[in-house]
Amino acid sequence: MKILRPLAMPLAAIAAAFILGAVVVLMIGDDPIETYALLIGSALSWPDGIGYTLFYATPLIFTGLAVALALHAGLLNIGAEGQLYMGAFAAAWVGITFAGWPGWALIPAAMIASMFAGGLWGAIPGYLKARFGAHEVINTIMLNFIAVALTNYFVQYHYREPGDAIMQTREIGEGAHITRLGEFIPGLPTRIPLSIAFFLALLACAAVWVFLRKTRWGYEIRATGANPAAAEYGGIRTGRQIILAMTLSGALAGMVGIGEVLGYRYRFYDGFSPGYGFTAIAVALLGRRHPVGVLLAALLFGALIRGGLFVDIFTEKVSKDLVLVLQAIIILFVACGSAFRFPFGKRARGKI
Amino acid sequence: MEDLFSLAMLYSTIRLSTPLLLAALGGMFSERSGVINIALEGLMLAGAFTAATVTHFSGSPWIGLLAAIAAGLAVASIHAIATIHFHADHVVTGTAINILFLGVPALLSGAFFDSTGATPQIPQQNLLPLAPVILAFLFVPLAWWILSRSRFGLRLRAVGENPEAADTAGISVRRLRWAGVLISGALAGIAGAYLSLGQSSLFTRNMTAGRGFIALAALIFGKWRPVQTMLACLLFGFAEAVAIQMQGVAPLPVQFIQMIPYVLTIVVLAGFIGLARAPKALGIPYEKEAG
Amino acid sequence: MLELREISRRFGSVLANDAVTLTIRPGAIHAIVGENGAGKSTAMRIAYGFYRPDSGTIAVDGQPVDFRSPHDAIAAGIGMVHQHFMLVENMTVTENIILGAEPGGIAVGFRSAEERIRKLSADFGLAIDPQALIEDLSVGQQQRVELLKALYRDAAILILDEPTAVLTPQEVDELFAILSSMRERGKSIVMITHKLSEVLAISDEVTVMRDGKVVGHRLTSETSAAELARLMVGREVLLRVEKGDAHPAAVVLSVRDLRVRAGGTERLRGASLEVKAGEIVGIAGVEGNGQTELIEAIAGLTPRGAVSGSIELDGVDIARLTPRQRRELGMTHVPEDRHRRGLLLDFDLEENSILGVQTSPELNRGGIFLDGDAVRRRAEAIIRDFDVRPPVPELPARSLSGGNQQKLVIGRELEGGPKVLLVSQPTRGVDIGAIEFIHRKLIEMRDAGCAILLVSAELEEVTSLSDRLLVIREGEIVGEVDPRTTPVATLGLMMTSRGRASA
Repeated sequence: MKILRPLAMPLAAIAAAFILGAVVVLMIGDDPIETYALLIGSALSWPDGIGYTLFYATPLIFTGLAVALALHAGLLNIGAEGQLYMGAFAAAWVGITFAGWPGWALIPAAMIASMFAGGLWGAIPGYLKARFGAHEVINTIMLNFIAVALTNYFVQYHYREPGDAIMQTREIGEGAHITRLGEFIPGLPTRIPLSIAFFLALLACAAVWVFLRKTRWGYEIRATGANPAAAEYGGIRTGRQIILAMTLSGALAGMVGIGEVLGYRYRFYDGFSPGYGFTAIAVALLGRRHPVGVLLAALLFGALIRGGLFVDIFTEKVSKDLVLVLQAIIILFVACGSAFRFPFGKRARGKI
Repeated sequence: MEDLFSLAMLYSTIRLSTPLLLAALGGMFSERSGVINIALEGLMLAGAFTAATVTHFSGSPWIGLLAAIAAGLAVASIHAIATIHFHADHVVTGTAINILFLGVPALLSGAFFDSTGATPQIPQQNLLPLAPVILAFLFVPLAWWILSRSRFGLRLRAVGENPEAADTAGISVRRLRWAGVLISGALAGIAGAYLSLGQSSLFTRNMTAGRGFIALAALIFGKWRPVQTMLACLLFGFAEAVAIQMQGVAPLPVQFIQMIPYVLTIVVLAGFIGLARAPKALGIPYEKEAG
Repeated sequence: MLELREISRRFGSVLANDAVTLTIRPGAIHAIVGENGAGKSTAMRIAYGFYRPDSGTIAVDGQPVDFRSPHDAIAAGIGMVHQHFMLVENMTVTENIILGAEPGGIAVGFRSAEERIRKLSADFGLAIDPQALIEDLSVGQQQRVELLKALYRDAAILILDEPTAVLTPQEVDELFAILSSMRERGKSIVMITHKLSEVLAISDEVTVMRDGKVVGHRLTSETSAAELARLMVGREVLLRVEKGDAHPAAVVLSVRDLRVRAGGTERLRGASLEVKAGEIVGIAGVEGNGQTELIEAIAGLTPRGAVSGSIELDGVDIARLTPRQRRELGMTHVPEDRHRRGLLLDFDLEENSILGVQTSPELNRGGIFLDGDAVRRRAEAIIRDFDVRPPVPELPARSLSGGNQQKLVIGRELEGGPKVLLVSQPTRGVDIGAIEFIHRKLIEMRDAGCAILLVSAELEEVTSLSDRLLVIREGEIVGEVDPRTTPVATLGLMMTSRGRASA
């Protein structure tokens, strides 16, 4: 029974979202029951439903962890979108530039590159906040746009296949391809892009949990987020913790590139993200900043993305945007729920 | 290069800065009262979609404009209720609204027009290319007057700087913040209407393309003051006009031009260009002390 | 004329006002004195309409009134100047004064407002520039704006809460001149204060409060600082703690000419002291006289640029070291505000028990991982040795009572036997049982050789625990006394009056 208490609010938010969503569907002129049946059914079918659900959940786990970790430090990282683009591009760049390398060197190199690029993109707003008090929300949003423009530039002018009309880079080297789960799970076809990146995401969950709960750095980050005055008293350099948290957050977001580039399209495809970085906010909030919660919420939203595509194709009027609406309602409910008054205002605020 | 300073560029700049200016001025009222308004993007989308849809069905762009204002007010109310009454984090709520309006217009357009997000094209005679522009630039001196010379403006500013002092003086913090947020909704609605009825002739999915955030950046750059905000919007509008001009003719890749407003904002926030001083109580929920 | 008759008010379990009766006459300055927590502010907040009394009545000019909010009080002619100013920094003087009572309609009649303000200014000797921005004004000038706010609304009765707390001596003189002129013009002025010298200088009558009750009323001309101090502080101090003699050894902590600047003024003006191993040095003083700055500077929590002077621990200059480094050298600190500085309220007891020592080798494996077992053992030891209840390490700190929270903080700092302990307000908000326990522990530590610097606003506590007692006032150490033999009245005088007293 004790488990139920922390679940109450997220469940209430989800329920509210579905109810309001049903109203919206009715207004549009479709049958809510039919719509939801399609939504949920298509997400849970085997092999395609579950396969794609897990595939979409993977980047959401990474970005959800990113946002959750930043939240623990009292920071709102809206920049996961930009960070994941930088990370994905870095992975593609390694895969292209060192295409001749063997897999055992190329894959780790690409992974590290994605974490590095994402981490850098997170460190910038972290530093600006620590040093100048500049609020991370605006800075991360700005960096999102800059990341999109920057990667777009590199793709268009330097890394496109000559003659290719699509805004995407060349293919990465064979060695950089990571295994799709279909190769060793019976019944799962390899056309489904679910790869070992999923296991990596699960590992990341565990790693983040260990980091936050069991290491001294995790403790110091959490203390900084909970009460900077007390943290300072406890000898913690809060400025450093902010930079560290944002860097790790960015690195986690950057790891999206692993599944996307090394496991799915094998290249960097401009605009590949259907807003993973923003959905991550809902994921982190719904999951109450806890890695397990993030995992569950990511699975839910992964299912919604998958189901949304189906709803889009197979209903008369409703489109996959219903999922966005559900997401937004969930965030609103969570934000209003009494358990969730973040002390963003009480701490020394940057300028926003 | 001389093209950069031609009359055509001037027109372009003014037209492109109009939606920014409207949204930024709206945001100014909200933020000066203490409520962060990240939702300008979503509010503009709501206004743009409503304007296009209602104009299509009614045949009159003026009715469309009014509908856009109504939509802006309605959506802003969500933000107001969440932040003022439930003390939800302003930024999180604003983000939710933005996500909501990535989705809602597309859903509704699917229902009304059987499309994936766009509304039908609106005939030339039903467009509003000029009115919002005039409105926007006329509103600048009006906004200045309201803020610095009117009773409402005085109280609004007090509420955003020191809500406790205002409360002690007998002023309703809640009511003034509501007013600030609603004004931002109305103006952002007009901004959106201009996008779909003035700058183009229909609504397309996510047509704001970040303008709501740029408006916020202009607001910060403009130090939350009407005239400076207008100048900032003109600057960003100019940057956009240059970018459009340069496409295809570029000595510099267009992406770098596109980046300018964003890099500019970061630099400003870091305090390099003067100190951007936000309203003191911005983003801090006000809870009345229990007596 | 304002009368409070048998006003009582309770907050939770505390009876803040107990049948308080006062009369404020027109054309007089009436001081209300008492220690922190005596009930003076509460009584005046009731008079101002902030709170409603549980029982009793208020009468203005003989007519009973019921104030449901400050509006009603303002309408009845009562104005209050709070201790913490209610001003909007980046607006002008005029804008601040008229806020909520703006002349004109939609457009504000700034011109007429300014005229009126200038007139009031001249009439009452409150020199101020109506167009100046609040943030550009000195504290004394800001206070004048607050006074003008009340005068602008035609206040006949002005209540000032600790008006001189933030003023320089010169500004105080200016304020008194203004108050005199107000008195000449028939205003009633109530001054809540604990500074007896000022009471004697400016007031016509004085009411003394203690523990929520009125314990005395005098005409100022007929009383003395000594009498007022005795009434304020009350009974003689009983030595509750069983305490053997101290056997101090070598000097462990040495502070010389320590100065702290904050908000444009010097909050600590050249304090010097020494603490030896095995002794408790107490610092007595009314809150806000520099104690916080003193302790935080020694602990290393003050920003580098704001501190000057020397601090030595065992002969080592620590003035440039971070709080963590000072802790590693053996200095620990029990902060005065445990909620703000001392605890992570939403974390559990275990995690709170390592705040400050999370980097120590005993608790770390390889410098990265926290040794869960070692942390648990430490938490359990603290809970056991310091009687923290309930003894469940997984509970969030927030769920503990004040006394238990404090025991946890103290236990955390004392566990491991520090060389120097800085402790501030150790028993604030703590129940009797825990108070006793904490006092005993402090004596124990002293006997084990710890050098303890104790700051407390509770006179009883600081006199009974200290071996040597220093008195701080207005940022300076004004004297040292023997806590066992010095009468309370003398202490009260040293803490509150301008003259220096010898031990």
